[in-house]
Amino acid sequence: MTTDTAVRTTPSARRRRRVRRLSKRDRIVIALMIGVPLLLDLALIWGPAVSTFFLSFTNAHGAAPSKNIGAQNYTYMRTIDPDFWPALRHNVIWLIEFTVLATPLGVLLAVLLDRGIRGSRVYQSIFFLPVMLSLALIGIIWELMYGAQFGLINGVLGKTSPNDAINWLGDPKLNLWAVLVEATWRQAGYVMVLYLAGLKAFDPALREAAQLDGANAWQLFWRVTFPTLRPINNVILVVTVIESLRAFDLVYVTNGGTNGLQLLSAMITQDIVGPANRIGYGSALGVVLLVISLVPITYFLVQQFRKSER
Amino acid sequence: MKGEGHPVRPPPRKGRARFATGAFIMVLAVLWMLPLLWTVFVSLRTESDTNAHGYLSWPRSLTLQNYSNAWTQGQILMHFWNSAKITVPAVIITLFLASCVAFVVARFSFRFNLILLLVFTAGNLLPQQVLLAPLFKIYTSVAVPNWLSDSGQLYDSIAGIVLINVAFQTGFCVFVLSNFMRTIPEELTEAALVDGASVWTQYWRITMPLCRPALAALATLLTTWIYNDFFWALTLMSTGDKLPITSAIKNLQGEYAQNANLLSAGSLIIAVPTLVVYLILQRQFIAGLTLGSTKG
Repeated sequence: MTTDTAVRTTPSARRRRRVRRLSKRDRIVIALMIGVPLLLDLALIWGPAVSTFFLSFTNAHGAAPSKNIGAQNYTYMRTIDPDFWPALRHNVIWLIEFTVLATPLGVLLAVLLDRGIRGSRVYQSIFFLPVMLSLALIGIIWELMYGAQFGLINGVLGKTSPNDAINWLGDPKLNLWAVLVEATWRQAGYVMVLYLAGLKAFDPALREAAQLDGANAWQLFWRVTFPTLRPINNVILVVTVIESLRAFDLVYVTNGGTNGLQLLSAMITQDIVGPANRIGYGSALGVVLLVISLVPITYFLVQQFRKSER
Repeated sequence: MKGEGHPVRPPPRKGRARFATGAFIMVLAVLWMLPLLWTVFVSLRTESDTNAHGYLSWPRSLTLQNYSNAWTQGQILMHFWNSAKITVPAVIITLFLASCVAFVVARFSFRFNLILLLVFTAGNLLPQQVLLAPLFKIYTSVAVPNWLSDSGQLYDSIAGIVLINVAFQTGFCVFVLSNFMRTIPEELTEAALVDGASVWTQYWRITMPLCRPALAALATLLTTWIYNDFFWALTLMSTGDKLPITSAIKNLQGEYAQNANLLSAGSLIIAVPTLVVYLILQRQFIAGLTLGSTKG
């Protein structure tokens, strides 16, 4: 930190000194370096995020002039819209599945592969492959697995004739779970890679010490590894929640997010860009999703920046 | 250093447990590959063969015909070109803008630094759909000169999709790059400052070259993410022929008339660019992902 030993200054005095040392041209450059990206971010991200809130109290439709209708959109959402509660429930199921299955599976893979199993690199590459593919493409690839007549799964089960074929993606009792398998296929690999990076930072001395004390693999993970990897655990928690709130592409490719696959994200999209152009109502749904998302986002920011402040 | 003096016992692992772990991973790995292997298998079969014998049957003949049919019927080249026109400028602009912000935040201790970082980082974590309604209104009402957009609006233009991708991805890159730049010794820019170097010189000539590893990793990551983005072009474009390949996927299902053989060949063609990244730049990609998750 202290290169110039000639002047010892407190941080704040130092800061003032440095800023004053900047020429006028430098100050313009700094203003532009921050100003342009900030303007873009405010105009296209935060501006819209805030205006969603205002639009949600209007009946905006397409290009027609809109008027203020108070909380009517929210009342309609709660009491009339047949898709709202199922969508919310599906979002919650998605989140639970990610939390109890997909993410722990990824962590398990990371821990097992980190122990240096033979062919560990190859396995890592295999589990990581789905992370590279777009979710839209994953949806298509799994249609080939689930297809009633041409799908591998029905083929193996011997149920390809039209009268006894299982309609994995069409049956509203099954399709959410079928799509969750697709999502898990990707999420587990994603978590695995993040966790492997965290495990690399784990001091092997701790493991050796625990093993000398006779800890078994289970104790080693829960009592030693997991607690010391707190930073990466936080990241993974946030990734899990955010990814499940962002779920969209898979259901949209499969059936547009209808008939058993309603999600808040898909409803918003259908309302706004669908034929009805219900911008006001779509915004109200957007506000619900926004408010839910702010919980993990705030958590993440507090964790990250409290640390960097120290 | 540890364990000196004590001979470290080999970790007590039971042979059976080790075998079970190996078997578990192997079974899972095979299951993990099945969807793609099946897609490859289906894509190589002729329609007459699968119609006659079903899809789960020993192939009588294999063909590459599905690939060339999928390529022409899906107008894949056109959509690839659209993807390139979006992805390449978006990646370059994002990295440029993000590195500017990151440089200022990392090198100067202004009071607003933390707020700036919060604004950029949080923006990147929002679900895209939350922004859609106002964006849709903005995009359909802002007029844009014709040399930039043939629709005269941001809506339904390549420029508009580039812009939103840049705005959306900048946050993550600011976060990663500012963390990275903080690890560069301050003495380097201090020395330049003493030599009378301007802020721009410190940024462009001194800091940026040192950030090459982080920039390479982020470029790989961004290319994949923007190429893979489905949502923005789906909602902010209306002309099918302008769609990048990922957003055109849903339309392709129609073009291929529910022919599974064509669909699987088409899917694999679409996956090629990301598979190239996977095979050649996997390390960079993972580095980019983990730069963001593990600090310093």
